[in-house]
Amino acid sequence: MLGLSLDQLRTDMNRLLAILFHQGVLDEQFLQLQQLQDESSPNFVSEVVNIYFHESEKLLRNLRALLYLPISLSLLLYLINEVKMSDVLCRVDRELCDYKKMEIQLNQLMGSSSSIGAQRLRNVCIAFRAASNHNNRPGCLRALELLEYEYCYLKNKLHELFQIEQQRMLAAAVRYPAPHQHLNNPQA
Amino acid sequence: MGCEMKSDQPEDLDVVLTSMWPEDMNEAGRQFNVERPGGDQDMLEEVTINKEPNIVDFQRLMELTNYSDKGNWQLAKLVKNWEFKQANVVRLLREELDQLSKQQQEVELKKLEILEEHRFEKDGYGGDKRHISILDENLRYLYQDAPKRRKDDVVSQGEIVAIDAEYDSVVYWKQRAMHLEKLLEASLQREQVLVEKLQESIDSLERQSTPVEELSQVLKRADNFLHFVLQNAPVVIGHQDKDMRYRFIFNHFPSLGEQDIIGKTDVEIFTGAGVKESQDFKREVLERGLPAKREITFETELFGSKTFLIYVEPVFSKAGETIGVNYMGMEVTDQVRKREKMAKLREEIAVQKAKETELNKTIHITEETMRAKQMLATMSHEIRSPLSGVVSMTEILATTNLDKEQRQLLKVMLSSGDLVLQLINDILDLSKVESGVMKLEAAKFRPREVVKHVLQTAAASLQKLLTLEGHVAEDVPIEVIGDVLRIRQILTNLISNAIKFTHEGKVGINLYVVPEPSDVNEQGSEKKSRDQSSLSANTNGNGHADNSPSCEESELNSTSCDQNGDQMDQDKESRTKAEERVVWIRCDVYDTGIGIPEHAMSTLFKKYMQVGADTARKYGGTGLGLAICKQLVELMGGYLTVSSVEQHGSTFTFVLPYKVSSASDSDDTDELSDTDQLGDDGYDDDLNSGVFLFPPRTLGTLFSSQINGRIPKLLPNSYGNNCIGLLDSPLPCINKEGISEEGSDSSGGAMETASSVPDIDNIRPVAQKEQETASECSSTNRTGVEKSETKQHKILLVEDNKINIMVAKSMTKQLGYAIDVVSNGAEAVKAVQRSSYHLILMDVCMPVMDGLQATRLIRSFEETGSWDEAVKAGVEMEATSHQSCSTSQVEETRKRVPIVAMTANTVSESADECYANGMDSFVSKPITLQSLKQCLQRYLV
Repeated sequence: MLGLSLDQLRTDMNRLLAILFHQGVLDEQFLQLQQLQDESSPNFVSEVVNIYFHESEKLLRNLRALLYLPISLSLLLYLINEVKMSDVLCRVDRELCDYKKMEIQLNQLMGSSSSIGAQRLRNVCIAFRAASNHNNRPGCLRALELLEYEYCYLKNKLHELFQIEQQRMLAAAVRYPAPHQHLNNPQA
Repeated sequence: MGCEMKSDQPEDLDVVLTSMWPEDMNEAGRQFNVERPGGDQDMLEEVTINKEPNIVDFQRLMELTNYSDKGNWQLAKLVKNWEFKQANVVRLLREELDQLSKQQQEVELKKLEILEEHRFEKDGYGGDKRHISILDENLRYLYQDAPKRRKDDVVSQGEIVAIDAEYDSVVYWKQRAMHLEKLLEASLQREQVLVEKLQESIDSLERQSTPVEELSQVLKRADNFLHFVLQNAPVVIGHQDKDMRYRFIFNHFPSLGEQDIIGKTDVEIFTGAGVKESQDFKREVLERGLPAKREITFETELFGSKTFLIYVEPVFSKAGETIGVNYMGMEVTDQVRKREKMAKLREEIAVQKAKETELNKTIHITEETMRAKQMLATMSHEIRSPLSGVVSMTEILATTNLDKEQRQLLKVMLSSGDLVLQLINDILDLSKVESGVMKLEAAKFRPREVVKHVLQTAAASLQKLLTLEGHVAEDVPIEVIGDVLRIRQILTNLISNAIKFTHEGKVGINLYVVPEPSDVNEQGSEKKSRDQSSLSANTNGNGHADNSPSCEESELNSTSCDQNGDQMDQDKESRTKAEERVVWIRCDVYDTGIGIPEHAMSTLFKKYMQVGADTARKYGGTGLGLAICKQLVELMGGYLTVSSVEQHGSTFTFVLPYKVSSASDSDDTDELSDTDQLGDDGYDDDLNSGVFLFPPRTLGTLFSSQINGRIPKLLPNSYGNNCIGLLDSPLPCINKEGISEEGSDSSGGAMETASSVPDIDNIRPVAQKEQETASECSSTNRTGVEKSETKQHKILLVEDNKINIMVAKSMTKQLGYAIDVVSNGAEAVKAVQRSSYHLILMDVCMPVMDGLQATRLIRSFEETGSWDEAVKAGVEMEATSHQSCSTSQVEETRKRVPIVAMTANTVSESADECYANGMDSFVSKPITLQSLKQCLQRYLV
């Protein structure tokens, strides 16, 4: 790995970023984020993104729970012979889905996604929110699936990016005694 | 009197028929619609009509024709027919006669003409006319009497008259005489011919048949046709008199002689099913006087099982009385069979269809249930991980210094947590088994140890005065191969079940080798039988376990005696099994509890089923335990049965096949999952001991150690080294059984940290650290406030989203500002109350209090100088700082603080609304360095 040239790594990184931008996974906001990275906080982007992942996972979990918890709870009731199956399915759609709470979670996710520039994720969030506004449970389920998929994709790609960056930093550290100038802005 | 008909008859018949069958008979009058055969063709010529099988009582027939209307009518018809034919013949003859007489008249006329001619000649010659006329007259008379004459004769005579001799000469007379003589001769000749013809006519007349003959011919002909038609038909035709005696029968396949049938009744002829019925039916028709049809199935020795369609019509006498029945039967066995088959098929189709719909319904329900189950499993999994976290945290919390009330609350927390965890684990297990995901492991283990541990565990958490006992027969191998975890799960489940439903007495386990069951399914089918004796016959006295506990000691002894007695047999068996390397071990878990009512036996192993709603309320539990046990046992190739006597106790029995380890004699214990928890010294003693006894303990120690026991019970030295006797400290139930598999990851991990550090206080930092990381936001808040004190411009960021906070902080830092961060509107109000800011960046959409309301409250304070609005809105204000703020810093704080909204451009966050609520500006999210810079420059420079 150390054998790879610094330029090679940079090219790789830029190519990956270009792909992500081209696919619409990321937008300019991510560049904003990168601009904020400086000597005082050399790992700013990855820190933010890691917190973002942590938060988003929690939000996704919450969303999933909000969508599924009512049904699983009523299923528990059903299994303990207190509610009929048909009632369970009815209740899930009518009463038990807390779309308001879901919206709060979605707003959170949307806000943080747009802050790091995860454009596609944000767009799915908007669709999700529209579905939840209409109390459209199937739509919500679909959106959740899509959201999880997009999230995984983003996570993998960003991890890849950070890995390359790490390698680059390592390589830079090996080659040059003062690596700071290259860390200022990976886009440069 | 079999009426015989010769096969050479048709030739004769033909002749008779052509002459005798009048063509102009009206159709209605025809009794037999027989086709008139052509001149040389005879339909029946090539047909061989077999000897007729019909049998007739002719006397009876005569009687019938005499007495019955029908017979009479038929006879009359025949006679009429004959008369008609005769009349026709007479008419024909008469016509011929007319023709003949006409011809005669013509001839006479000619004759007269000739005579006139002669007379004229005579007149012309003179005198002698008279003589001639006399002759002529004679001649005429002669002619008149003569029989008919042909025309051509007359013509020839007319030609002869010419005489070429001279009139009145001798020659003339001579010639005339000769001529006359000739005429006479011809006349005589004609007479002769006529006589002959007459004779011929008479002869032919004589040859013509008499009416009787003719009738019989017609009958024969009809009969022939009838036979021809009927010859292969499966038809029986008969006539019976009013005593139901056969007078006539036609049967194409006669199996009985004439003398066997004529004059006898049905009942006299046959025996068997249907005979009586047919006779009764005939009698009924006879009585009612109306024809009827019926299908009757005969089952007789004579012709086997056959179904006949029978038509019976009554026969009336002239007086209108019924004198018998005509009966016609047709064999319809095949048709009936076909019909029945059809009916059966139709029925089957209907059943099939019903089944299909039923199946569809079931499929639908199953699909729904499957869907539900899957969801449940997923959710259970997701509920479990956080829940196990909660439970283990609670456990850690229980080790800290708590007062009595807190301890009590914690206890409730723990037990409910355990309960839910158990429920979820059960559901997961069940769905695993059902979906076939459950994999069984094969590992060596020691049955004795498993029994001991299960009992130990149960004894540890025992809260009742119960005796727990275990007995393992000597023939049970020391080591067997199986899935020890599952077996322990089953045993634990059964034991805890037994304990739950037993209030006094004892609960125990018996283990011994049994011969391989012939058929597992068969055995399984009798699982619900309450037949205690059949079970106890196998259990070597175990059945007595339901008796009072006082005789327990002696029983145990006697059991072992029995065991020795049976030892030989079972040894042999186990040895043969050992060769196959499979041994069947039976395990009885018995108790002296409340037992199971009979009606509940059927639902005992069903999911989520408890004996009754009362039981569920009283004893709790999910009703999944037994279902899981049963499924696990069946998964392992064994079977689980139960027998119970209400109020006396129950015995759950499961029999499982185990492979016997070939290396069982070696001391290789590395793989034994159970032994690694044990002290090494305890293991040797254990190896062959098969009796475990846990007498009831005093309640005091038990309860006092209940809460604290959760952590110390994990210490390795808590296991007693002696296998018989009371345990010093209770065993953990949660670590071993309460949380299985994945669930144990988190809780087990937490407990590990706890158990590895003996000092309980050391745990606290861990929890604190957890808390700190969890509430990172608040801590950053604190540090942020400290920092902001040193800066010139104080900026407050009100934002709930961590990422946004981070980004905004980083941006402001880059721009050379430090900011305070609070996470909702209410906190923002408090922060504004605490100190004054130069700029507030306010998120609009936030939990607790949104940015719009917070802005309103801040603006209201700025206008009025009091926080009353905020207090009204539910924000807890700090009284002291409120005082100081309002008095010393009035001018500064009353200055209008610029509030910039941060909107995500959603519908609920419109710019108008921001302005309306007192905000000065807004930046749209996500904020960029550029926009933030502009904003800050605008308000802070």
